[in-house]
Amino acid sequence: MARERIAIAILGLGGQGGGVLADWIVQLGDKNGYVAQGTSVPGVAQRTGSTVYYVEMMPAGGPAEPVLALMPVPGDVDIAIASELMETGRAILRGFVAKDRTTLIGSTHRIYAISEKSAMGDGRASAERILTAARERAKSFIGFDMDAAAERAGCPISAILFGALAGSGALPFPRAVFEAAIRAGGKAVDANLAGFDAGYAAAQGGNEETWAVEAAASPPTSAAGQALVARIHSELPESAYAFAIEGVRRLMDYQDEAYARLYLDRLGSIPSGDGALIAEAARHLALWMAYEDTIRVADLKIRASRFARVREEVRAAPDQIVRVTEYMHPRLEEVCETLPAGLGRRILASKRLSNWLHPFFAKGRHVETTGLRWFLMLNLLAGFRRWRRKSLRYAVEHARIEAWLELVRAAARDSALALELTKCQQLIKGYGDTFARGLANYDRIVARYRTGGVDAGALRRLREAALADEDGEALDLALAG
Amino acid sequence: MAERSFKAEVEQLRIGAGEVFRGEGILAVTKALLQSGVAYVGGYQGSPISHLIDVFADASELMAELGVHFESSASEAAAAAMLAASVNYPLRGAVAWKSVVGTNVASDALSNVASGGVTGGALVILGEDYGEGSSIMQERTHAFAMKSQMWLLDPRPNLSLIVDMVEKGFQLSEASNTPVMLELRVRACHMTGRFAARDNRRPTMTVVEATEAPKRDIERIVLPPANFLHEVEKVEKRWPAALDFIRMHGLNERFGPATDEIGIIVQGGLFNSLNRAMELIDLSDAYGGARIPVHVLNVTYPLVPDEVHDFCAGKHAVLVVEEGQPEFIEHELNTLVRRAGLQTQIIGKDVLPRAGEYSGTVIRDGLAAFLRSWAPDRAPPVAPTLPPALPPSAVPQRPAGFCTGCPERPIFSAMKLVQKELGAFHVSADIGCHLFSILPPFHIGNTTMGYGLGTAGASAFKPRDKRAIAIMGDGGFWHNGLTSGIGNAVFNQDDNLTIVIDNGYAAATGGQDIPSSKAENANRRTNNPIEKAARGVGVGWAKTLTRTYDVAAMRDAIREAVTAPEKGPKVLVAQSECQLNRQRRVKPLMAKAIKSGERVVRERFGVDPDTCTGDHSCIRLSGCPSLTIRPNPDLLREHPVAHVDNSCVGCGVCGEVSHTAVLCPSFYKAEIVFNPNRRDRIGARLRGWAIGALQRRADRKRAARAF
Repeated sequence: MARERIAIAILGLGGQGGGVLADWIVQLGDKNGYVAQGTSVPGVAQRTGSTVYYVEMMPAGGPAEPVLALMPVPGDVDIAIASELMETGRAILRGFVAKDRTTLIGSTHRIYAISEKSAMGDGRASAERILTAARERAKSFIGFDMDAAAERAGCPISAILFGALAGSGALPFPRAVFEAAIRAGGKAVDANLAGFDAGYAAAQGGNEETWAVEAAASPPTSAAGQALVARIHSELPESAYAFAIEGVRRLMDYQDEAYARLYLDRLGSIPSGDGALIAEAARHLALWMAYEDTIRVADLKIRASRFARVREEVRAAPDQIVRVTEYMHPRLEEVCETLPAGLGRRILASKRLSNWLHPFFAKGRHVETTGLRWFLMLNLLAGFRRWRRKSLRYAVEHARIEAWLELVRAAARDSALALELTKCQQLIKGYGDTFARGLANYDRIVARYRTGGVDAGALRRLREAALADEDGEALDLALAG
Repeated sequence: MAERSFKAEVEQLRIGAGEVFRGEGILAVTKALLQSGVAYVGGYQGSPISHLIDVFADASELMAELGVHFESSASEAAAAAMLAASVNYPLRGAVAWKSVVGTNVASDALSNVASGGVTGGALVILGEDYGEGSSIMQERTHAFAMKSQMWLLDPRPNLSLIVDMVEKGFQLSEASNTPVMLELRVRACHMTGRFAARDNRRPTMTVVEATEAPKRDIERIVLPPANFLHEVEKVEKRWPAALDFIRMHGLNERFGPATDEIGIIVQGGLFNSLNRAMELIDLSDAYGGARIPVHVLNVTYPLVPDEVHDFCAGKHAVLVVEEGQPEFIEHELNTLVRRAGLQTQIIGKDVLPRAGEYSGTVIRDGLAAFLRSWAPDRAPPVAPTLPPALPPSAVPQRPAGFCTGCPERPIFSAMKLVQKELGAFHVSADIGCHLFSILPPFHIGNTTMGYGLGTAGASAFKPRDKRAIAIMGDGGFWHNGLTSGIGNAVFNQDDNLTIVIDNGYAAATGGQDIPSSKAENANRRTNNPIEKAARGVGVGWAKTLTRTYDVAAMRDAIREAVTAPEKGPKVLVAQSECQLNRQRRVKPLMAKAIKSGERVVRERFGVDPDTCTGDHSCIRLSGCPSLTIRPNPDLLREHPVAHVDNSCVGCGVCGEVSHTAVLCPSFYKAEIVFNPNRRDRIGARLRGWAIGALQRRADRKRAARAF
């Protein structure tokens, strides 16, 4: 007997409207000559966890009431719908996608899991791996960024998925009855229909979206810029161009042309024919030289381009007023570091003075950048750029940079080792306690390196251990081992 | 007000004979109760039966018309004790809860009502939270049915049958003077379907009428000598009466051919999965046309010896499909077969897994193993297995977590900060959304001993100079925590801290009102403060914080409580409204105000990608779903940057955490003024003019030194 049943599994996250989608599909069956049954396992999974909704339908008018199952059986699912890329992966992992049977409809956008988000570096799972498996294992795969489509249509993602389901042709119903199900739902009908249409069109197009290619760096606009690019082209290997040009651009913005020249001088001092090493050095040296001091933060916060970006990010309409408040917490240390080196050192060295000044910087400030008072304050601070070279932080950071470069230069004969040393700059990031922790980890690794016997592989393991947990347990273990 | 409104469903409860009811399983049960002339209903919410409680709460008008009394019970014990109304009077009563946890709480009252027996039908509706998606210990309610002698119904997942079993359950209860349990698995509770409705029936006697004409029968009270008589009555009268009723009304069903050398006995609730498993190996069809005899136990306790004999006689082997352990049914079948002198082999857990949910795949594999031994000619060929497309590690897990803007998150952020200063604490956790604290990114909580038992779970810890911390939800507080936790701590002179998380609702179960809810509720008395109750039982050190989002204040309060010189139990009430419910309340109002041209300020948060360095400390201290990551727009930086997506509700925790923990200056709060008034506009224009001029000057200067 030919199979008449249609089994549909919907995988999503709590709060994405999977229930609404399942209801629409059940309605669709119910009203169009099928006996349909939907079920789900809500409970705590509704609070941000993964959920599975399951719908089965059979043509009505059979010899008896059909016996419909309450959960999908691996290999027996006709349509698998997933509202996010890793949920698409989960559908495959759980066996709901079979080559001989399953139409897989999955959004390719990401909602990161807590393990991916909370990693100290980059903890993201591989998207490409899921996409490859989806293409290999499904009878047909309809995948596109449905979150973006929903955004454009101003509807929940469930409407896009429903449209894609209609567009896939996997269900024996014409488009009009899908739309009727949305209308019957009676909620946000116009937005849902718009989303449905977008999903339908995308599925009919049948293609996965092509992934955007990284934009090329913008060309120089000034004579100074052009001169520096010419220098990069003549002095550095081609593999380092992109990072070095970006580095130069960044440091001219950060300080001035002379600072960018200092950057190229330093890059040029690394004796190596290894293009990969110079490229990574170009990246990490630029990042280190553009360290985030209070001057830089103030400068970035008050730019017109940043005001525009915030408006865009919060989707403010032109007639709406947006007030922006920063959560800043400059500690006495950071303030002193902005002062001329001698003065800053004196205050930090004097217990009495620090103790007296401390209370003034013990509390975080709510800084309303869009208000005149704080804007002027930050504007003044950003203007300290002119005296940055005299600041305590400058002296300290540049001593660190020189020491680091010295290590890299000394190791340059072993380019793998030099590369790993270069990458250790990754550990130094953030502000306040985060910065202190990263710097301490960096110092411990370098100290260990100086004792000798550490090759490229060992150095990489130490660096990875430093990024494994916040309390430094993995690093302790790695250093002990 | 509950998470979901059931106004539409309530309308369906009114339909009568000739109409078709459409909806999910638990609502079908609700309708079935009204059709059965139920006189009173009680229960305690919890997945998967919350909807039953919510529907009744929304249907007060209909209930009043029918003369049905409904109560949102304080606990399952309170609900079970309601069944006392069916002891002396012909009142049909139903109570509902999540099992096995709710049955644990209710078991004192259940033992009493089961001992004395009932006159009116008493039905206990259980949402059996077992298997995928379950949030509780994996145990069987079956054991309770056996030990207290209550009959256990486990109907085949089919709405018409489930509805019928509700009515039959009342009749069985009355025929055998025994309370009856109706067990529904999670998916059956949420399964949609339809059935032919019947008219609702007013109860033959209402609770009002019963109160006005009291009856007393000392033989129904559990006290010597009656308690000993009850036991005799159970085995000599009630048990046989139940067997007669089950057999006479054909509560159990048969599928498939009349005779065969093998057969299958299955719990009713698993029938659909069994049929699918059989279909996959060509032993049944989509309509339940099994090609092996199947005996479906819609009543899993007691088993009917005659039925078992009839089914097993002439068969070499019978497969028992029984989920969970211990395998009570399998044991009983072996006894019955032996007593009947049959040679039939009872095969169960030796081919099916001892633990875990019986999905279609699991049953198919077990059935195949059974067939290979007992009917090899009907066994399916061994199918080649494809190598997995993905290793499990390729797909990250998604543990449940606090919702966007949840007021409980900052409490645990604050605890994390206190632990940074003072070292780790022993934390006795409780049941509720707050238990998500044990998961990433908080990793707080050492044990959880049951609903409302957080404080009791810390009572063995008598600190020298480091106190233990107990967590308790407001739901758990009123369920039993006030006495078992706070009262106990006062009496035993504990020196620990209890943080009561007061979000205004029983939030984890769907946002039902509780005594301390702030909402005005027409049918319930709310606004009973938790701190007042705690002081009432003798707590001296008690404090209420009304804005948990103030992470620094929260941290300081916790620090103070664990370091304060006074001895004795300390209670810190951390109070802020459940954001899920708040949004449901506030969002439509806000949309309406914006639409009508009113000035509205919406807050949301953001992260500046050019100052964020991608360390994600902020995420490790918050874990808000709206605080996520995105690829670093900076060509040089490799680690993804933090990012606040548009689902942000503007609670401000990310900014506060960043402030309090001195993390980073990347967070900003944006206040978006909808429909700005004249003052707003003039102010904005003035500021814009001054700031714009300065920005243009800075841009010019930057352009002069630009790349």
